[in-house]
Amino acid sequence: MNLLLEIGNNTLAVTATLTGIGLVFAALLIAKLISPKSYSVKKSETYECGIPTRGESMIQFKAGYYIFAILFLIFDVETVFLYPWAVVTRGMGPKGLLCIGIFMFVLIMGLAYAWRKGALKWK
Amino acid sequence: MFDFGIWTKWFNDLLVGCMPEWLAILIECVVIAVLVLLTYTVLALFYILYERKLCAWFQCRLGPMRVGKWGLLQVFADMFKILVKELISLKGTDRFLFKLAPYLVITSSVVMLACLPWGRGLQIINYNIGIFFILAVSSVGVLGILLAGWSSNNKYTLIGAMRSGAQMISYEISLGLALITIVVFAGTMNISELVYEQEKAWFLFRGHIPAIIAFLIYIVAATAETNRGPFDLPEAEHELIAGYHTEYSGIHFGFFYLAEYLNLFIVSGIASLMFLGGWMPLHIPGWDGFNAVMNWIPSIVWFLGKAFFISFVIIWFKWTFPRVRIDQMLAFEWKYLMPLSLANLLLMAVFVALGWHF
Repeated sequence: MNLLLEIGNNTLAVTATLTGIGLVFAALLIAKLISPKSYSVKKSETYECGIPTRGESMIQFKAGYYIFAILFLIFDVETVFLYPWAVVTRGMGPKGLLCIGIFMFVLIMGLAYAWRKGALKWK
Repeated sequence: MFDFGIWTKWFNDLLVGCMPEWLAILIECVVIAVLVLLTYTVLALFYILYERKLCAWFQCRLGPMRVGKWGLLQVFADMFKILVKELISLKGTDRFLFKLAPYLVITSSVVMLACLPWGRGLQIINYNIGIFFILAVSSVGVLGILLAGWSSNNKYTLIGAMRSGAQMISYEISLGLALITIVVFAGTMNISELVYEQEKAWFLFRGHIPAIIAFLIYIVAATAETNRGPFDLPEAEHELIAGYHTEYSGIHFGFFYLAEYLNLFIVSGIASLMFLGGWMPLHIPGWDGFNAVMNWIPSIVWFLGKAFFISFVIIWFKWTFPRVRIDQMLAFEWKYLMPLSLANLLLMAVFVALGWHF
């Protein structure tokens, strides 16, 4: 049941997206019109608690986050596969349970392997 | 129970009766946009006051009291102040990404807000993959936070954004699995169908043990998703200034602030939809008189009441638990919460296959 029965969902999703963009754009426009402007060298410097910044900030970064990002990718794709199963499983009975059991077993083995190898340990 | 669809249908018939169809759709879209915008702003203002007052009461203070009766006008003053502050442009930022980040954060929360049903007949976007669509849109917000931290050219914001990214993507898995548990039980992803399924009793009671475990997992994961409570490492004030939005000033900062509160409302709203029956009143099978009294309360009050209650619990967490370290946080998700939610999903599948539910 939609708010307005005649409009398609895609049109509504686009409307909502444009609303979000419009909100940011309009607020920025108002802020630009009424806010003061001034310029000084000190003000435009990076704020790191008053200590002058050293070197580049857009650097190669700790690899720990990267490992979790890869793990996330595996399990997020898994969740995507679980959704269609979740919708139909009520009508499938024990057969659906068996199929997803095998699928989950493989994935849990993967998690166990990553755990054993120390990928889940924060270094 | 009152059906808001009567109003919208009347409005639609009125427009279609006096103008071509494309113009009617255009006007309706504009009306929807204005309504969403108003709701968004009013909710954000309400949540700022709600959190400040609750935070004060938890600490035996009064909170804002001077501006207006009980400080009710304080949020308007704050918003106006944020609007008139200067937008500082910094040296060495990636300008395009720096300006793109607030658009992503705000747009994702507006689209999620438009997916929630507020009452009978009060829903805007209603995809048949509703809950999946909400999760997909919520991932766009993470992208905005990562971009904000990266483009600011500041090491603290970079660390904040990376922590936030790691935290949000990790807990998104438990969040998704907790929601899938309910999808297994209900057999649909359409949000309004999910609500209608709960007409007899809420999923929390119908699914009993697995549903309650899923609800607890969801609340923990949602707290982490919104970067709140014990999981507020991305903006740990003592370590990282203000986290990923340190370098944003004026209304630019305000966007992140608004989106944070709206995300709190959205996760609470989804919790109330999936577990506590959304806008459905509390029904107990067999108690007809009680059900009739509950039906008398408007659906919008039920939905907002449940959402505000869950937000209250999440705000309560923040003032009860100390902040966790990043290794503790990631270990908690990957070693305890995720295996538990996978096991819980299988448990629910077994319960559904054997018919051990109401």
